[in-house]
Formats: sequence, C-alpha cells, structure tokens
Amino acid sequence: MKRRTFAQLAAFALAAGLAGPAFAQDTLKVGAVAPKTGPLAGGANVSYWPNVKLWVEDVNARGGLSVGGKQMKLEVIEYDDQTNPGETIKAVQRLAEQDKADIILPPYSTGLNLASAPIYARYGIPMITSTATTDKAEELSKQFPNVFISLGGAQGIAKGVVEAMSQLKDKGEIGNKIAMVNVADAFGIELAGVAKPAFLAAGFQIVYETSYPLGSQDLSPVMKAAKAAAPDAFVAFSYPADTFALTEQAIVEDLQVGAFYTAVGTAFPGYGARFGAAINGVLGVGGVHADGEAFKAYAARHEAVTGAKPDYWASAMVYSTFQVLEQSIEAVGLDRAAITAHIKANSFDTVIGPLAFDANNNNPSFWTVGQWQGGVFKGVASTGREGAVPVEKKSAWK
Amino acid sequence: MDILITGLLLGGTYALIAMGLNLQYGMARIMNLANGEMLVAGGFAAFWFWTAGQLSPFLTVFLVFPVAFALNWLVYQVFLRPLVKRAKSRGQLEVDAILTTFGLSFVSVGLMLAFFGGDYFSYSYLSVPVHLFGSTWGANRVAAFGAAVVICGALWLWLSYSRAGMTIRAIAVAPDSARLVGIDVRKMAALAFALGGAVTASGGALISTFLTLDASTGVMFTLKALVIVIMGGVGEVRGTIVAALLLGLLETFVATVIDPGLTLAAAYLLFVVILLFRPQGLFGKRPT
Repeated sequence: MKRRTFAQLAAFALAAGLAGPAFAQDTLKVGAVAPKTGPLAGGANVSYWPNVKLWVEDVNARGGLSVGGKQMKLEVIEYDDQTNPGETIKAVQRLAEQDKADIILPPYSTGLNLASAPIYARYGIPMITSTATTDKAEELSKQFPNVFISLGGAQGIAKGVVEAMSQLKDKGEIGNKIAMVNVADAFGIELAGVAKPAFLAAGFQIVYETSYPLGSQDLSPVMKAAKAAAPDAFVAFSYPADTFALTEQAIVEDLQVGAFYTAVGTAFPGYGARFGAAINGVLGVGGVHADGEAFKAYAARHEAVTGAKPDYWASAMVYSTFQVLEQSIEAVGLDRAAITAHIKANSFDTVIGPLAFDANNNNPSFWTVGQWQGGVFKGVASTGREGAVPVEKKSAWK
Repeated sequence: MDILITGLLLGGTYALIAMGLNLQYGMARIMNLANGEMLVAGGFAAFWFWTAGQLSPFLTVFLVFPVAFALNWLVYQVFLRPLVKRAKSRGQLEVDAILTTFGLSFVSVGLMLAFFGGDYFSYSYLSVPVHLFGSTWGANRVAAFGAAVVICGALWLWLSYSRAGMTIRAIAVAPDSARLVGIDVRKMAALAFALGGAVTASGGALISTFLTLDASTGVMFTLKALVIVIMGGVGEVRGTIVAALLLGLLETFVATVIDPGLTLAAAYLLFVVILLFRPQGLFGKRPT
C-alpha cells in the first residue's frame, strides 16, 4: 500500500516535471484561500470549496479560458487560512509573490474578506466577494475600488425578515408578538441591532429578546424562556451550530409559532436532511430561485462534480461571482485594472440571474429570506431578484 | 425545578466531555490536547453508522469504545511512551506531552478532514420530547445523561474497588513507589490513557445526538474538559463529576435567571474563584 502510493507519487511527480514546462504557457494558475480548519471550516466546506472545484472543472471541460485568442486551462492552488485573518493575508501574499497566480479568488466569510481587502487592493486584484455581508459597500469601494460586494448587507437582510413577517401579519396568519434572539458575534449583533427598530416600526411587539455566546452547548434555557413569552413568531440571528440546536429545541419544546426564522445554516442541505418534514415552513437567511432552470442545472452539476448538494444561498452566489470573473477575463484578458473596470461597467449572466454592480461596487439585488417548502428552500424575499414565492405560515412541527 | 434538571442534563454532557481527559491527565499523566479530536471522531462514527445503517448511537458506543481503546493504546505506545521514558520529572513530561499532543491534534484534524470532509455532521436521533416533572426535555439529552451516569459510576466503582483500578490509582498517586510494590507502571499508564480515550470517544458518540460537530470543533471540547478537570481536581473522578454538574447548573441558572449572554463569563468566574481558593481543585489533594 505504502509502496504503491509512493510509486504513484513518484510517477506523478515525474510526469508533472516532464509535462510541466511544455504546457506551462497554456495553464492559468488560480489561487484560492479559505478555511479548511477552524470555526468557519464547516461553512466554507459547504458553500465555498466545492464551487472552486466545480468552476475549474466546468471551465476546463469547455477547453479552458480564452485569453488573447488562446485557450488556457485552469490549475488551482489552495491554501487553508485556518479561519485566521493573518493567515489569509499571508496566503494572498504568497499567491501573488511566490506562486505568481494569474487569478486570485476572494476568501470566505465577512470577517476574512474585510480583513484581507487591503492586501487585495495593494496588488490591485479584482475582489468580487461572494460570502461577505456588509452595509459598508460605499466606504469600502471608496477606499478599495477593486472590491465588490454581492451578497448584500445587514440592512437588506434584516428588512427582508421584517417584510416576510409583516406579510404574514397582514394576512392575519400571525399576531404581532415576536421573540428575537441572536448569537453574540458581529453578525448576530449587527442584524439584531438593525432588525429591532424595524420590527417595532412595523407594529410588532418584542416579547422576548436575548443573546447567547458563540459555541453555547445548551440552548434549551433560551428556547424555554422564548416559549414562556408565548410569541407568535420566533426570530434567531444565529450561526450554523446554533441554528441546528435552536431548531431541535423548538421541536422538543413544541414551540407553537406561525413563523420560525433562523439565520446562517438554515439554507444548508444538511439542515433539510436532518429535520425532514418537521421544518416545512421554516424561514432562513438567503434563498434562491429554486425552481429556476439555471439553478436546477447548476445544482445538478454541483452534485455530480463534488458529490454534495449546494446550499440554497451563498453557493450559487460564489459560483456566480466566479462566472463574472471568467466573463471579464475572456473579454479583456488578465490585466487586473482592466478586469476591475470591465466588471464595474457591465452586467453579467450568471446562475443566479443577471448580476451587475452599482456605483458603489455593490450588487443591489440579492436574496434576503428563504423558506423550506416541500423539501426545497425557496426564496421568498429579495431586493429585486426574480422568482420569489409567497411566504407561508409555519405548520406544526409534526 | 426546570433549572435543576436542565442544569443536571448539561452537567452530564460536561461529565462525558471531561471524564476521559481526567483519566489521561490524572492517571496516565499525559496532558492530552488532542482529546477533543477523539471526541469528534467518536461523534463522527455515530453519525456515519446512523446515516449509513440506522444503527443507534447507543449501540455504536459498544463499537467505538474498543476501537478507540486500541487506537489510544497505540498512540500512547508510539508517540508518548518515548517521552515518558526520557522524562526526568513530571514537569518535563508535562511540557513534552503538551507539545506532542498539540501536534497530534493538528494531525487528527487533518486526517478527519481527509476522511470525513469538512462539512458539519449532524443528524436527528431521539429528538423527541420527554415529559418529566411537568416540563419537557429532549430524549437524547436525557439518554446521554443516563449514559453519563452509567459510565461515570462504572469508572468510579472500578477505580475504587477493583484491583486494576486500585493499581491505576497507585500510579497516579506515586508512580515511583508503585514500581517498588510490583506494579508495571508503563503497562498501567498505557491502559489508563487508552481507557481515557475510549471514554472520550464514547462521550463524543453520545453527545453527537444533540450537538452539531465538524472536524475542527475538537479544540472547543478540549478547553471545556480542561477547565472541568482542573476545577474538580486532577485525577479525581468524583471531582470531575461534581465540577461538571456544578458548571452545568451554574450556566443554566445564569442563562435562565440573569441572561444567556453571561454563561461563559459565569463559567470562567467560577473557574477563577475555585483556582483562587482551592488551587488543587475541589477534590484535589494539597501537594505535600
């Protein structure tokens, strides 16, 4: 076994060594850096890494990228940043200086994207972020004109939740009492901060409100207290592990609400697989035009190539931003400044539909709320995307 | 009443997390920083058997226990025994063991990523409500608590009353003198280490029924286990149990009565207070 592995490696190294120089000019090096370990590895392994693999496979299957009239195949260099911003920055430097990567993809998550924006700016790398949610697009683009925001910001996401809840309230399907909890981390605190005044302005009453630390092992006190407040709707600005835990506690406690919302993780295929029919009607952050042909075809390829289903939020966005980069490179070549200018000026056809950036390098139309309906997580609210389905009242857990 | 039971259930979870480390650190004298990874591996085994073959995690435990035992015994023989052999003092062994197992934890995270992938693994098992004393609790938590009682009770009885248990306590108290009375210290230390690993992995399999794990979450559990072991007193089974329950009760009390956001602060406050007034831990013996 060991010997065979060694022999294979040796053969591979030899082949690479011999073949390398001959084909060197026909391949483009694509650098990718994101967590493979650390707290955000779970999310990156659902939404980010499979898309890097899929995109490179797709492009190579077509014969490569056409740059200056020549077909160039892609070759990936992957780095694990251990969910540590310092490592992300080092890896980008290494990709640019040592590996001489022709294309460098943006990292994963809001924090790591914001932390590494200056280094991308220093090298002038077009950075079309796909997993960062921020309201600071205007300031960012002023400081770093190469940075693009596509996944939206807290304002849009929180307003989407309020809008979906208001629709249910206006239809008379839920009352106006809301229990709202959030994870005590930048994402949860920011969203809760935006959502609270918006709920109050929309005529809701917040009957229970609390935060809990990241990595809490037992959220049953939170769910018991929320239940005791007898809310009509439950809203949690949560991270994946607590999204799962809160949902399980809600099922155990049989929390009877007309609307149940959890944030990151709700759109993961694993969430649907774990809870099955019980979560029909659960609302969550994100969403896609799940019935659209473009998404269906993308999901099928994603599963065929990577062996896993895409999530119903960031996955398609990650792939779409790679498509933007791909189309820009085919249009203007590898010059970084030219790519950035091209992205600013054009609209792109992607798996989430047309994608274009405004004067602040911000994608103004993104999905904000989705809902599990019949085993699929469908977009129910967006800031101008097509294909939203009407929001439904949450049925009983069983 | 609610607080009491919720707290006890959480305490049971904590006892499962910490008991293995207590055996490894207290008895075998190896400060094992790769302990959390063993827990995650146990959780993964439970996940895999459940999703692939609908095998109950409570049965998987009987498989996980011997496999983890063998694996940890091997780890001890290959990586840790040389350290024990050359260590001139307990302090030196501690430093060496921390460095080695810190490295091992990275290796195990890498191996788990390679074999299991980096996704979250979570499944639904026994997530049905149980009605006790006029309130509801998750059946999986109650069952895990029951298993914790069985495991901790069995360990305590075994250590207190069996010959092998007594031998292990002897090497924990005085490894040098133990040799004089004819105890094979190396063999017993390896046994204690392997047993600790097996208990941790079984705990992982049990708590995976209600916690969402991924390959990188191990370190979180190592830290929690470390806090509990030190609070309870190194090498004290009763201490670990009491500290785990105390922590569970305190966190639940704070979450229910004051604010869920303060649970971590309260836990570390308790830790600091215990260290200030009983640096050897609740049940630990004062060093002579």
